[in-house]
Amino acid sequence: MLPMVGKAALTVEIVGGAQQQIPIAIVPFAQNAPIPDAVSQDNISTIIGADLRRSGLFRVLETRGVANQPSTVADVRYAEWASIQAQALTIGTVETLPGNRLKVSFRLLDVLKQNQLAGVEYNITPAQLRITAHKIADIIYEKLTGEKGVFATRISYVSKANGRYSLQVADADGYNPQSVVSSLEPIISPSWSPDGTKLAYVSFEKKKPIIYVQSLVSGQRYVLANFKGNNSAPSWSPDGKRLAIVLTYGANSQIYAIDADGTNLRQLTKSSAIDTEPVWSADASAIYFTSDRGGSPQIYKMSASGGDVKRITFDGAYNVSPRLSNDGKSLAYIRQEQGRFRVALQDLASGQVQVLSDTSLDESPSFAPNNRMILYATSVNRKGTLAAVSTDGRVKQRLNEAIGDVREPAWSPALNN
Amino acid sequence: MKRNILVSALLAMMLVACSSKPVKDTTPAPVADKSVGTTTDTGSTTGLENDYGLTSELTDPSNILSKRSVYFAYDKDEVTAEYRPLVEAHAKYLLAHSKAKVILQGNTDERGTREYNLSLGQRRAVAVKSVLNVLGVQDSQIETVSFGEEKPQATGTDEASFSKNRRTDIVYVGE
Repeated sequence: MLPMVGKAALTVEIVGGAQQQIPIAIVPFAQNAPIPDAVSQDNISTIIGADLRRSGLFRVLETRGVANQPSTVADVRYAEWASIQAQALTIGTVETLPGNRLKVSFRLLDVLKQNQLAGVEYNITPAQLRITAHKIADIIYEKLTGEKGVFATRISYVSKANGRYSLQVADADGYNPQSVVSSLEPIISPSWSPDGTKLAYVSFEKKKPIIYVQSLVSGQRYVLANFKGNNSAPSWSPDGKRLAIVLTYGANSQIYAIDADGTNLRQLTKSSAIDTEPVWSADASAIYFTSDRGGSPQIYKMSASGGDVKRITFDGAYNVSPRLSNDGKSLAYIRQEQGRFRVALQDLASGQVQVLSDTSLDESPSFAPNNRMILYATSVNRKGTLAAVSTDGRVKQRLNEAIGDVREPAWSPALNN
Repeated sequence: MKRNILVSALLAMMLVACSSKPVKDTTPAPVADKSVGTTTDTGSTTGLENDYGLTSELTDPSNILSKRSVYFAYDKDEVTAEYRPLVEAHAKYLLAHSKAKVILQGNTDERGTREYNLSLGQRRAVAVKSVLNVLGVQDSQIETVSFGEEKPQATGTDEASFSKNRRTDIVYVGE
């Protein structure tokens, strides 16, 4: 991967927040010397603060007015932090080491109990500074909310600029955008392999939709499916060994399964209607999909080997693009009502549906690995943009790209990086 | 949409009933003559086939074969009477030039999601293919693909633009 640290293609604007936010003070990390290569002007604490603020669950306090700016536990005067209503305090240091390496250490402290909640040291290269800040933010997030953080994850999306389509992968905060593949023809439907090392996507570069699988490690790709007609809507099985795909041959879209090496094709739906947009359930036993077999596009579920079809959505005349939460408990999809396309979330046990977004041209919902946020594409003034909404509907983010327009987002799985 | 399929299926059956004779017959369809005009006879100006079975008729602006787009109503996949002569002319060409192959490229307007629109565009490509099939063209000469909403002809947000984007384009392999 090319280091393009410090460059943001997407800037995040927060449009809402949780009702109760955790007040946290993040003291700028002490540095013993300027960081070599100066890859980032941001102090590590700025990145951590931006991550926590963006989640909508934290109120990041102004720390400059506090006289004592500790970098070690021994220097902390808890009363000063209690006086600005901080519940939690983060301190840390960045030291330069021989061989162009850095030692980053941080502590998370409970201001009221006056004890340490977490502490970690990292030995990294300067290029790993941002990802290290995201990992620290993940630790803080998990300690204080009880849920896994997703700051050290990535997103993929397709940007269109100057007539060129580019499949990009960026950090979850929009930094470090890297082009995976680009083409003068459209690219749609990127899908992350469960281990986060590959993307399957649909490219029109051969004047028809063909599915490719590309390694994010080597950059090499292969054709997964190039059958007569359309090849589209790839979705990985939870074990990464197979994909559900959509083929047409000479008729309407139908769902097939294919091994990840492009062999062992088998047909899963046999209808005269449109069957498309398959996604696997977390336990791999079922596939959810969109079909207009009942007269309007709705979401259905079938056994992963085909058959045993059950209808899942009933309200509204247009429910498409199903995505399952990683815990398998809820289903996000796009609902059209009165000409507005919006992100809806259905509880699979109760069947209750909540429309989450207040935008009107929404597409491609994608769950964060911790299921807290749903990333999706929308359109503002005819320009594609990305947005995210929390699954409780309280936190809304809008991600704006400086150039061109962006669409087809997909959030990576949790990564071991 | 289910109703549309039924309607198309019914129309297709009617076409089988009405047009099986003209297809077996080699005389040009009277409708095709009317739209081409009196000076051009599509049956006699076949010209030389290239390696792909293509002739200059396909690009002659005075020939109906140069017309390649079949437009559809909103949320519909029915080939209307207006475009029947065009599709019939291409059917006749494909029957006369067995080497020639067409790709039917279905398209939609931008409303709706990309993957679902890809399927809707495909349905429009299949609708044109069904008419060609009924007129006797074999599947080996036809591939149906869809561009969904990805290749709009017009980029406006009004019905005038949308109606240009709901179409199936007939493209010959080798063009």
